[in-house]
Amino acid sequence: MTPPSDPNLQAIVIGASAGAVEALSIILPALSQKFPLPIMVVVHIPPDRTSIIADLFREKCNLPVAEAEDKEPIRPGTIYFAPPGYHLLVEMDRTLSLSNDEPVFFSRPSVDVLFESAADAYGPALLAIVLTGANQDGAYGVKSVADAGGSAIIQSPAGAYATAMPAAAITACPSARVLALADIALYLRSLEKV
Amino acid sequence: MSDVPESKLEALEIKLLLEALFQHYHYDFRNYAQASIKRRLNRAREQMGFATYSQLQDGLLHNPALLPHLLSFLTIQVSEMFRDPSYFLGLREKVLPHLRTYPSLKVWVAGCSEGEELYSLVILFREEGLEDRTLFYATDINQEALDKANAGIYALDRMQLFTANHRKSGGKSSLSDYYTAAYGRAVFDRSLRQRVVFSDHSLVTDAVFAEMHLISCRNVMIYFDRPLQDRAVGLFKDSLTRKGFLGLGAKESLRFSNHAGAFLDFVKDEKIYQRRAE
Repeated sequence: MTPPSDPNLQAIVIGASAGAVEALSIILPALSQKFPLPIMVVVHIPPDRTSIIADLFREKCNLPVAEAEDKEPIRPGTIYFAPPGYHLLVEMDRTLSLSNDEPVFFSRPSVDVLFESAADAYGPALLAIVLTGANQDGAYGVKSVADAGGSAIIQSPAGAYATAMPAAAITACPSARVLALADIALYLRSLEKV
Repeated sequence: MSDVPESKLEALEIKLLLEALFQHYHYDFRNYAQASIKRRLNRAREQMGFATYSQLQDGLLHNPALLPHLLSFLTIQVSEMFRDPSYFLGLREKVLPHLRTYPSLKVWVAGCSEGEELYSLVILFREEGLEDRTLFYATDINQEALDKANAGIYALDRMQLFTANHRKSGGKSSLSDYYTAAYGRAVFDRSLRQRVVFSDHSLVTDAVFAEMHLISCRNVMIYFDRPLQDRAVGLFKDSLTRKGFLGLGAKESLRFSNHAGAFLDFVKDEKIYQRRAE
């Protein structure tokens, strides 16, 4: 069952770790140019400063894809990736900011850091999505999103490349919808304005 | 008023705490990027054992001894020597040939924290034969960090990374020439500090203090909000000699700054800018 589209959403945050590229490749390229919301993505990648993930998805996606820059205003219908080696945060004025603070669960960028700051900025207007991964980053963050009134979708661990991250997120946030990747893509497409 | 959401209340408490910190101790974090300062304050509050930000504020106002502890959470930046080696390679190959034409030089490491970047620059300038004619200013708002920078002592297990970075930066010497290892620590040679002035300086509240040829301020301004970034970049603009250089962190840029027009991209990929001549 795909949940109905939510006209009150203003932004989406996604966190993924091991198996991220394959999982995101099912979701992000499925969105058309009509997709109205900004999407901020944290993927755990080694802190090599020449990141290729934004370039990779720029090739695959219909939406504009960018590596987030510090103090950049968030534009609708745009996919932002956290740069490797930096946390990505959303400010209350809905600009992006970066930080060099210590890794969280050995990860920088950290899913929790993005999710918590976005929950502060967007409250109930935020959708958080936790995908495949082999650690527990994102569990605290997705709970923060739900506590602020936002909604959450977690990739079904049964179909995930790595189960630990979605499983931890489900434990932390039992109210989240648990969906297979294809259904997450379907749901996001239902948010497109016709 | 019991239906005020907890997060709103928390935002108010943080605002009041930062105001207290400014009014009582003259440390001004009010224009730091909110999302990051909140994370740092949250860690400080937990580690210092306060249940709420209001209690932390109370403790801070009545017990000045807590101030350095709080500041260490709010300002300490752990860096690496020769972090982003290609930045130092860009300085070495593109910027230093210009600096070489000046009879004397001033270099400002703004927000030097515990000194990793400072020592990297001094070593670079020594390798390129420019150290003797250069005065280095290393500034920070955190006195403890300045003391550590002045001591030049780092954990020995970090030297492997620092050495690899140094090599990738085009290093012409061996990093181990500059320190002695003892008891798990690397103690950097005091001669590296001969040309260095350490000083308490705030990019938020203080002014221009000398005319610089190169300013390196990396991953400091990402913690500032836009208006404060504009202040700091304006300060750098006013501090730089005409055609002087400004180096920022790998993911920082002047793109969103009011002062962007005063600078040229000099080494674009390394975020090294040059102040325009006019």
